[in-house]
Amino acid sequence: MTANDKKKIDETSGVETTGHSWDNGSLEELNNPAPRWWVWVYILCTIWAIGYWVIYPAWPVPGGQERGGTVGSAGYNQYKELEKSQEAIAVRQAAYLEDFQKASYDQIMANDELYAFAVAGGKAAFKDNCATCHGSGGSGGPGFPNLNDDDWLWGGAIEDIEQTIKYGIRSEHDETRYNMMSAFGKDEILEPEDIENVVTYVMALSEGGMEAANAKYPAGAEVFADNCTACHGEDAKGLREMGAPNLTDSIWLYGGDKDTIHETVYGGRSGVMQAWVDRLDENTIRQLAVYVHSLGGGE
Amino acid sequence: MADSSSEDIQFFAKREKIYPRAVKGRFRTLKWSILTICLAIYYLAPFLRWDRGDNAPGQAILIDLPARRAYFFFIEIWPQEVYILTGVLILAAVTLFFATALFGRVWCGYFCFQTVWTDLFMLVERLFQGDRNARIKLDQEKWSFNRLWRKAATHIVWVLIGLVTAGTFVFYFTDAPTLWGQLIHGQASTTVLGFMAGLTFSTYLMAGIAREQVCTFMCPYARFQSAMFDEDSLIITYDPDRGEPRGKKTKDQNWEDRGHCIDCERCVQVCPTGIDIRDGLQIQCIACGLCVDACDDVMDKLGLPRGLVRYDTERHMKLKREGRHDEMLSHLARPRTYWYMLILAFVSAVMIYALASRVTTELHVLHDRNPLLVQLSDGSIRNGYNVKILNKTHYDRHFVLTQNGLENAELSLKGAGMRHLDDLLVPADTVGNFKVFVTAPKQGVAQKDFQFIIDEVDGEAHDLYESVFISEKP
Repeated sequence: MTANDKKKIDETSGVETTGHSWDNGSLEELNNPAPRWWVWVYILCTIWAIGYWVIYPAWPVPGGQERGGTVGSAGYNQYKELEKSQEAIAVRQAAYLEDFQKASYDQIMANDELYAFAVAGGKAAFKDNCATCHGSGGSGGPGFPNLNDDDWLWGGAIEDIEQTIKYGIRSEHDETRYNMMSAFGKDEILEPEDIENVVTYVMALSEGGMEAANAKYPAGAEVFADNCTACHGEDAKGLREMGAPNLTDSIWLYGGDKDTIHETVYGGRSGVMQAWVDRLDENTIRQLAVYVHSLGGGE
Repeated sequence: MADSSSEDIQFFAKREKIYPRAVKGRFRTLKWSILTICLAIYYLAPFLRWDRGDNAPGQAILIDLPARRAYFFFIEIWPQEVYILTGVLILAAVTLFFATALFGRVWCGYFCFQTVWTDLFMLVERLFQGDRNARIKLDQEKWSFNRLWRKAATHIVWVLIGLVTAGTFVFYFTDAPTLWGQLIHGQASTTVLGFMAGLTFSTYLMAGIAREQVCTFMCPYARFQSAMFDEDSLIITYDPDRGEPRGKKTKDQNWEDRGHCIDCERCVQVCPTGIDIRDGLQIQCIACGLCVDACDDVMDKLGLPRGLVRYDTERHMKLKREGRHDEMLSHLARPRTYWYMLILAFVSAVMIYALASRVTTELHVLHDRNPLLVQLSDGSIRNGYNVKILNKTHYDRHFVLTQNGLENAELSLKGAGMRHLDDLLVPADTVGNFKVFVTAPKQGVAQKDFQFIIDEVDGEAHDLYESVFISEKP
């Protein structure tokens, strides 16, 4: 404000104006003082803010450097907050955990609360550990089984699922389940012509059934009977103790097109699932087994 | 800053304490009646009981936040019915606008919590410290035992009223008799005590200390009330045509020679917001009518007609000034008020319909997204669904789940317990959550609409939900 500015007094109210005017000077702002309580509110808020600043982790205090930045004088830290809430969760879980530990799978399946507890825990563990290969919804992909369907190479009862999770498939664990699809072409077990025949035959198997395939491709049938029935069975429906897939159904782990089947017969297959027994605790594995079973494909 | 006049600038104004004088009259009586009724409802309502059967709370008005239910006599609100609250808020707002268009700021003067509790607090103040003059004198006195006990008693009673007010408030959110027992035995939770402390303090602060400053500086309604008024709204007015020129009446003056206002300042002294109504309508005026009572009282004593200060409309005043009495129209009938009535009628009708058509059974179905579909070994397709059955009654019920629209489809239930699709138990006042799989051959189209249907076993309840079966990946 320059010295030339004269204080203007509003005629109607007798109050000094701020000098701001609108609408060609017809509307002017009065310079009424603000209420004093207002300034007190402002002062109190400022004092509050300073206290907050010191107590909570904004102002670096000596020796206050911890994981996650500085701590305020109250020692507040987000990691501590996390630990506290995890402790609270552990307490809540403990209410179910003991019953869950003691219960058999049959008992869990008959009890709404324990079942819900298992599914909720299993779901979280699945996303952390299993989703990388099997997908977050458990629907898998080429080479990684879909856990929602009804095709189980090693059995789909909860106990079977638990066994698989614990020791894996072709893992390094001693108890692991093991099998292998031979590399019939690469290891020169079969002639290329035989491989062609058996691939055509296998494709026909899942399309029209065994009798039709036998009639149509006798050469392939012969190769199959000589080389494949040991694992896949006389009826090509697979042998669970061998972990061998059913070749007559419409589910293909690696893909059901001719090239892929040829690749499988020529080069063999031996996908690996790791053993989780050393990485996850007993309860988590049991929760996972119930959860996987709940996806819809369990037997 | 070289400006010499800057020393005079006052940035922050100290509040000028207002000492409202007690007044008697029509509007004061009306105010006392409304105050009594409002406070009686507020303090007693949580203790009303309402029988809803064994599986529901027996409190007439209860907002059960942990259980996510609200009970208001025969009305029961679940979270998805919270639009009823929206309806209530719309009704409240439009009613406020409607009342303002007709009668000015009557909400502020008679019904507003701030006004009601401030009035109550002023009553206490008057009880211990006397009326206006005695209070002014007391405040000017040096500290003495007399002043000390009167001030202390006032503040103690204020805090006690605040405590009762706060205590009543929490009763609306939990079972009142139970909480009452807990409070007596000192077992109430820290949440309850925290809320009570906060509300006690705010009641004391707002009704005891801040008072008219809330209306003048804090209340948003004071700011937009002028948009609600028009020249046909009833406002409190001083009639200058009749009152001016004002002044003390000397013996030789005849009433015809001068104005009827004798400048006794009664209207100013009784005003709870401390304004002079003779200066015209001001933002601080809460239309409580106490100045009308004060002035009428004086007019009666002088043998003059009442109504020098009165509720009147600007149009009426103007027409009267111009001597056009015959042209006066009822201020009630005008487009604005018709519109408000129309909106009120419409919203009320919608709400009555919503309440009358409220169903106690609902079916909701969520299709699984991950995975969208699963192919089974025999080539059929399976979709997963979360089926939710809402049982809003207070007794356990059983339902049968079927589908319509999918050929050769099979429903199956996954989950714990011994439940079957033809006997789904949904306990009283809960949402039954069921994992259901539908298995069907490929439909020839990527997705097909069909309905889930529930029917109550031994009951009439029936509901369906449009869902979709997906048989090919998009």
